[in-house]
Amino acid sequence: MKLLASPAVRVGISISIATGLYGISFGALAVTSGLNFWQAMALSLLLFSGGSQFAFIGVVAGGGSGIAAMGAATLLGMRNGIYGMQLNALLRPTGWRKYVGAQLTIDESTATSTGQTDPAEQRRGFWTAGIGVYVLWNLFTAVGALAGSALGDPKQWGLDGAAVAAFLALLWPRLKGREPIAIAAVCAVATVVAVPFVPPGVPILVAAVVAALVGWFSHGRRDEGLEPDVEPYGTHHPGAHHEAASTHNDAAGAGPGMPPPERTDPEAGA
Amino acid sequence: MSLWIWLLIACLLAYAWKIVGYFVPAKFLEDPRTSRIAGTMTIGLLASLTVVNAVVSGQGLAADARLGALAVAAIALVLRAPFLVVVIAGAGTAALLRVLGWS
Repeated sequence: MKLLASPAVRVGISISIATGLYGISFGALAVTSGLNFWQAMALSLLLFSGGSQFAFIGVVAGGGSGIAAMGAATLLGMRNGIYGMQLNALLRPTGWRKYVGAQLTIDESTATSTGQTDPAEQRRGFWTAGIGVYVLWNLFTAVGALAGSALGDPKQWGLDGAAVAAFLALLWPRLKGREPIAIAAVCAVATVVAVPFVPPGVPILVAAVVAALVGWFSHGRRDEGLEPDVEPYGTHHPGAHHEAASTHNDAAGAGPGMPPPERTDPEAGA
Repeated sequence: MSLWIWLLIACLLAYAWKIVGYFVPAKFLEDPRTSRIAGTMTIGLLASLTVVNAVVSGQGLAADARLGALAVAAIALVLRAPFLVVVIAGAGTAALLRVLGWS
């Protein structure tokens, strides 16, 4: 297999497996949040951006309306637009590749591609990680959704605790340094303060507005919390954060469009 | 039924973000404010979602077994546990606390 000799392909495959497995937690949480099997599958097949998918079911689980869930998911999908610009400049896709590639544009495929230096490898990395994560994420979403339906009362199994842990694990790798931590704290407080005054689901949108205002008026790093946390070679790709070692955790992450579970095995890309 | 409608709109808008990126002139990418807001918003939304799932119950606040799950998940993350372990630890803690009588 000549293709397997490509470092980008090997990185892409390992990221696909690691990320795809989290589809289980998404599928299980989706059905215990009140979605049915096909709604869970529609999110994985059509929306395909882990952070946004978790946001959608998170709002529904909290009693929020469909429109609030839609709003949170859409705002969290914003960074995929930035990735799209980067990938368009990098890969210059034409014709159908542009439209298919757009759907596959998530944290993992972007990182696998931008972590390569050779243009051919950048292309291979994007498509391997994009297609690989897509297939496995959907497969494991189905497994998780079926398992979740079979569990019965989600509270009895602590699945609401699982959701809390999942969101914290998604946030964690982005808290690299004092400013991201401050933003997270301010938005957490804004949420709690808003809860009694607005309908369920809306406090999350209030926090989004607060975060956007902070972004508008402050002058920190431009890529704050934005760049993918996947680092294909276990080294920094251009534009990566300087790590604040005390808070940085590579071991957290989940789902397409989300930080990976652990740094890719350095040997896989060597 | 209405959930289906918002769900499908969410899917449509998610794809819209992605495809728009491929058609936006590269100049826009150089605007630091745009990418910075995308970054701060990601952090803010995830922080908010964590809090909502931990302490919000309907339109009020509640201190229940989910707080234990939050604490244990944080410890697991400090210890650099993988995502799946963090999630299972959170679920296990909430389930255990309920068995012990803390709703």
